[in-house]
Amino acid sequence: MEFWNKELETLKSQKLRQLQLERLKKTILRVYQKVPHYRVKFQEAKVKPTDIKHLEDIHKLPFTTKEDLYVDYPFGLVALPVEKLIRLHTSSGTTGKPKAIFFSKKDINNSADIIARCLVMTGAKRGDILQNSMTYGLFTGAFVMHYGAEKVGILVIPAGPGNTERQITLMRDFGTTMLHITPSYALYVASVILDKGIDPRKDLKLKRAYLGAEPYSEETRKKIEEMLGIDIYNCYGLTEMNGPGVGFECKYKAGLHIWEDNFLMEVINPESGEPVKDGEIGELVLTTLNREAMPLIRYRTRDLTRIIPEPCKCGRTHRRISRILGRSDDMFIVKGVNIFPQQIEQVLMSIKGVAQNYQIILESYDEMTVKVEIDKELFDGKIERLIKMKEEIIDKIRSATMVKPKVELLEPGTLPISEGKAKRVIDNRTI
Amino acid sequence: MDKVFIISVFAENKPGRLERITKVLSEANINILAFSITSTNGFGVIKFMVNKWKEAYNLLKEKGFTVSMNEAIGIEMKDQPGGLYEVVKILSSKGINIESASVYVAETRKRAYLIVEVDDTVKAMDVLKGENLKFLHPEDIK
Repeated sequence: MEFWNKELETLKSQKLRQLQLERLKKTILRVYQKVPHYRVKFQEAKVKPTDIKHLEDIHKLPFTTKEDLYVDYPFGLVALPVEKLIRLHTSSGTTGKPKAIFFSKKDINNSADIIARCLVMTGAKRGDILQNSMTYGLFTGAFVMHYGAEKVGILVIPAGPGNTERQITLMRDFGTTMLHITPSYALYVASVILDKGIDPRKDLKLKRAYLGAEPYSEETRKKIEEMLGIDIYNCYGLTEMNGPGVGFECKYKAGLHIWEDNFLMEVINPESGEPVKDGEIGELVLTTLNREAMPLIRYRTRDLTRIIPEPCKCGRTHRRISRILGRSDDMFIVKGVNIFPQQIEQVLMSIKGVAQNYQIILESYDEMTVKVEIDKELFDGKIERLIKMKEEIIDKIRSATMVKPKVELLEPGTLPISEGKAKRVIDNRTI
Repeated sequence: MDKVFIISVFAENKPGRLERITKVLSEANINILAFSITSTNGFGVIKFMVNKWKEAYNLLKEKGFTVSMNEAIGIEMKDQPGGLYEVVKILSSKGINIESASVYVAETRKRAYLIVEVDDTVKAMDVLKGENLKFLHPEDIK
């Protein structure tokens, strides 16, 4: 097993916590002194930097939400003089202003260093060729990966997204060994490669791909791995936290290591804000521990995941999270139970004969109806099979959520086609 | 002994579904020889035996229907009292379970066929070989 920074990556848990605490204290003190927005927030919550004596004391601090990034936009949360900033990235705001994130020279360098850890962790090394098919632009995704790969000594092809013909030509001409790409585009590129009669195992040199920027299921990973004959590693990041590399899978592909010397992670109940037990699903909250230009305290990512507390076979002591299960905004309550559409999705994905499209309809507080399209290709004309499948869906959803759903089987193409972010939950409840 | 083919279409229980399907067949000048509907709470499967099954299958598929083509056996029976009983008696004595069935009347009051889908068509046909039964051939319905 290769390491980029073995000492930090395998730092004993206790030492890692100690390092986190030191960095947390420093960060809190800095924002208190340099960022008026945070000073006011802390004062309102009646906490002072000196109140932070243990890692658990972080619970005393208020959350930072995306709304905080809009207040005093654009420079409101910057902790350095503006002339020390060397880079701006923005995150697409779905409503109104974008979120502006600034980097100092040290921040850029540190982000690249983190990516270097990630890449080496998956077996990448000098001599590899990375085709970076993420967008170079205001979005952080491509740049940080680019610098990190160069740091390792990997040849980078800054392909950007789109122009599939050219993507394939680049792969063939230069012997691309790794891709950095979104899951939906990867699926498309893979299907074009196969349609052209190219045998990726013989005609291409691809070994692995890094997929991120959108949630995707384990089934999608396996499908693309199978199509291209490669290993796919899940990567997680968000512009607010420097972009990709916050969490990354190692060779075991069993959850994403969060670099805990750089980020303090919590998983909370999105409704109450209280921490959930280790292993339970909740919203990921991150505090930057090593960021100069724009430290963020208890930033609510809106991303749902759970902590995997068990140590990883790879020897890294940094804890893992599960793949991102979706957005906390999607949570709904039926019969008093918190349910995420992703729980339903996981069930549906595991059942043969069901297509990928589905919708959850809520008409009352004690009933949910799940509409699923059947898979055209697997329809065999037998109604018994369909009845059995429907019962299986009901049973599995009930055991996953503790709520017995109504299930409707639909003809394929009945539900609206999802373009990017699909509307999965239709809540018609009025009170 | 030749197999015949049944076209099965998945349909939600909603007004207009059968109309949409039969319209497609009608416009392509495809003749429906036998048909059946099985429905349960919310959805069902509509089955047809037609004169041009491959064409019907491809056409319905192309039009976006959820369709499959299934093997079936057509067994001749007399179109008179006891006709069905005689045939089914043989099937059950051979342990053949009928998954779906419909009737094709070739000549009214004379000759009809029981069209059945079974678990294993080839095996069923083999078992029935020695019986005094007449089977429907694909050419008979073209």
